[in-house]
Amino acid sequence: MELLSGGEMIARALEDEGVEYIFGYPGGAVLHIYDALFKDCKVPHVLVRHEQAATHAADGYARATGKPGVVLVTSGPGATNAITGIATAYMDSIPMVILSGQVQSHLIGEDAFQETDMVGISRPIVKHSFMVKHASELPGVIRKAFHIAASGRPGPVVIDIPKDITRPDEKFEYDYPESVKIRSYNPAQRGHTGQIKKAARLLLGAKRPVIYAGGGVVQGEGSELLTKLARHLNVPVTNTLMGLGAYPGSDRQFLGMLGMHGFYEANMAMHHSDVILAVGARFDDRVTNTVSKFCPGAKIIHVDIDPTSISKTVQADIPIVGPVGAVLTELQTQIEQLQEKDGAGPDEGALARWWQQIDEWRDKHGLWHGRRFDTSDHIMPQEVIQTLYKVTGGEAYVTSDVGQHQMFAAQYYKFDQPRRWVNSGGLGTMGFGLPAAMGVKLAFPDSDVACVTGEGSIQMNIQELSTCTQYNLPVKIINLRNNYLGMVKQWQDMQYEGRYAMSTYEDSLPDFVKLMEAYGHVGMKVDKLSDLEGAMSEAFAMKDKLVFMDIFIDPMEHVYPMHIAPNGAMNDMWLSKNERT
Amino acid sequence: MRRIISILMENEPGALSRVVGLFSQRGYNIDSLNVAATEDPTLSRLTLTTFGDDRVIEQITKQLNKLVDVVKLVDLTEGAHIERDLMLIKVRATGVERDEVKRTADIFRGQIVDVGPNVYTIQLAGTAEKLDAFVAAMGDAHILEVVRSGVAGISRGEKVLSL
Ligand SMILES: Cc1ncc(C[n+]2csc(CCOP(=O)(O)OP(=O)(O)O)c2C)c(N)n1
Repeated sequence: MELLSGGEMIARALEDEGVEYIFGYPGGAVLHIYDALFKDCKVPHVLVRHEQAATHAADGYARATGKPGVVLVTSGPGATNAITGIATAYMDSIPMVILSGQVQSHLIGEDAFQETDMVGISRPIVKHSFMVKHASELPGVIRKAFHIAASGRPGPVVIDIPKDITRPDEKFEYDYPESVKIRSYNPAQRGHTGQIKKAARLLLGAKRPVIYAGGGVVQGEGSELLTKLARHLNVPVTNTLMGLGAYPGSDRQFLGMLGMHGFYEANMAMHHSDVILAVGARFDDRVTNTVSKFCPGAKIIHVDIDPTSISKTVQADIPIVGPVGAVLTELQTQIEQLQEKDGAGPDEGALARWWQQIDEWRDKHGLWHGRRFDTSDHIMPQEVIQTLYKVTGGEAYVTSDVGQHQMFAAQYYKFDQPRRWVNSGGLGTMGFGLPAAMGVKLAFPDSDVACVTGEGSIQMNIQELSTCTQYNLPVKIINLRNNYLGMVKQWQDMQYEGRYAMSTYEDSLPDFVKLMEAYGHVGMKVDKLSDLEGAMSEAFAMKDKLVFMDIFIDPMEHVYPMHIAPNGAMNDMWLSKNERT
Repeated sequence: MRRIISILMENEPGALSRVVGLFSQRGYNIDSLNVAATEDPTLSRLTLTTFGDDRVIEQITKQLNKLVDVVKLVDLTEGAHIERDLMLIKVRATGVERDEVKRTADIFRGQIVDVGPNVYTIQLAGTAEKLDAFVAAMGDAHILEVVRSGVAGISRGEKVLSL
């Protein structure tokens, strides 16, 4: 058997694990590892400009590919800088393995230079973590970390590695384990057949059914099965912010996103439904509005790989714990069997009436059924996303930051495929968009990758423009320029009588066009609607250039619909500045 | 309702902090906590008592089960079980009080395990309720120090919590 140092083992294990990219930043505690990577490792390393960006880039890569993202950071500040990105991945159940350097074992606990208790600091935001005690543990720990990160409900796993563990002069036998067995970790492999049968009956008897699908369907590769089931039953589907693309956005049966800024027809259908099939979604507060008023007439079937997600906020009538793929496959079979054997439903008359009702809702206030926003002298943000959709043929990977621009992108870009929409839904991390786009672009260099952002968010990780220069990452940045922290301003308009406390930058914004030139990129300023489509086509035609489009939009526009809170139900919405349900 | 949750978990560094951290992170309360290695040195047994309605308890047990270090878990209060809390209590005992303290200890089947001219240290084992009753019977005036192990519990009959 081969003898390797700890540093060499890490390099080799990442190869053996089939890792495509390492996103990281060096420092004292990880220098042995970096030296080993430099000397002999087939896995390319991407040097970011801030460790937070390393985590977001790894995260973007993971969301777009389904494979775990890999991060390497040094101890102390390197590790703490990674925390926001780890929390972002945790909240959205994204597989990620974070290798963090640690001070030498004998210095731990002495407040040594650049010492932080990384295992402790990251504990509430990881799926699991390891502190390596001896170099010989490394292959096993790394194998376990990847297994835990990617299986069950995915999530980030931290491996904290004291510097002495990686020293080059101490070598040990290296053997990368073929398989992993962890006696205390056995995620469900299939759902409970009895429960699935009950669910099948309930769905076949439903008069006003809705499928509510979340990020779990994307993560669990369940999109095709879900689509098949929905079409078979002729049931309307709504996706969460995390689930966009789980069901084809341009399909007739798609109701749009639901929740706080969800579509009128989606929220109305949920509220009036008699049966909800929730798949890989978690009934979080941005979806449900007031829990006690949530969908009063609905029986709820809840499918999720994580039992803690079930009946956490909304009680499920038929809980089913299991992987989305296995459960949906069995559900489809059960439904077909019931239909064949007992000639059971679906109730076509009831469904026809239900669709008629849904079409009425769509005609009345549906965002895709008529123009639902004003005209003004400015470009409207919705028009920017519509143009982006048109110019990219609906095929782009779209990452976003957090704010109004994120909601407009979620509402107006119709995602027909899973993994194309990459955003921080759970944590809502401004600064996510650009580094995430880097990770996506590395994974899919031939695809269009657009980062929809705002002036606030982009400046939170703008240093990554330099990384894009170094690795030639020609992403397209679509800046919805409203000169405000727009989402904050919207709340201040609606709840604080327009007192814009700290939501303006006054005249402090940089000239983004010049800034792009400074980095060797291309900047474009667009302030006329008539120029928009031409300019955007031009930007996307520059295949090997990062282009930043600074698009001046109506600064006063709000995102609608918007749930009325507190105490509102799913169907209580503002539909425009002066119209409500 | 009061619950006794007993957990078999990996005897790994950090495992305990993950359990305890979960409670503070999610706003659950821990009333008592007891943990030690088992006959299998790779496993430790943790027993905790907590309060909550059925929904909260369901979430607590699910969240605990989700921790990678947790091997198995049982809510002992769901069935017949035995619970024991161990208390060492140091009380002032001078003059006539000495007899009275001893008599009360006897009634509760406590043992005096250390004697000083002015103090007794009494050891008492039983349900948490019984220990509470003893503390109440002693009255504040006498008590110098109380140390309790926290509840440890086990199911009655054949039922076992093991691998
Ligand atoms: C790191 C972080 N800090 C603060 C917030 C709170 N926040 C949510 S949206 C928003 C404004 C975003 O402004 P901008 O990026 O310009 O986008 P816009 O809403 O104008 O489209 C803020 C400050 C956040 N989500 N993330």
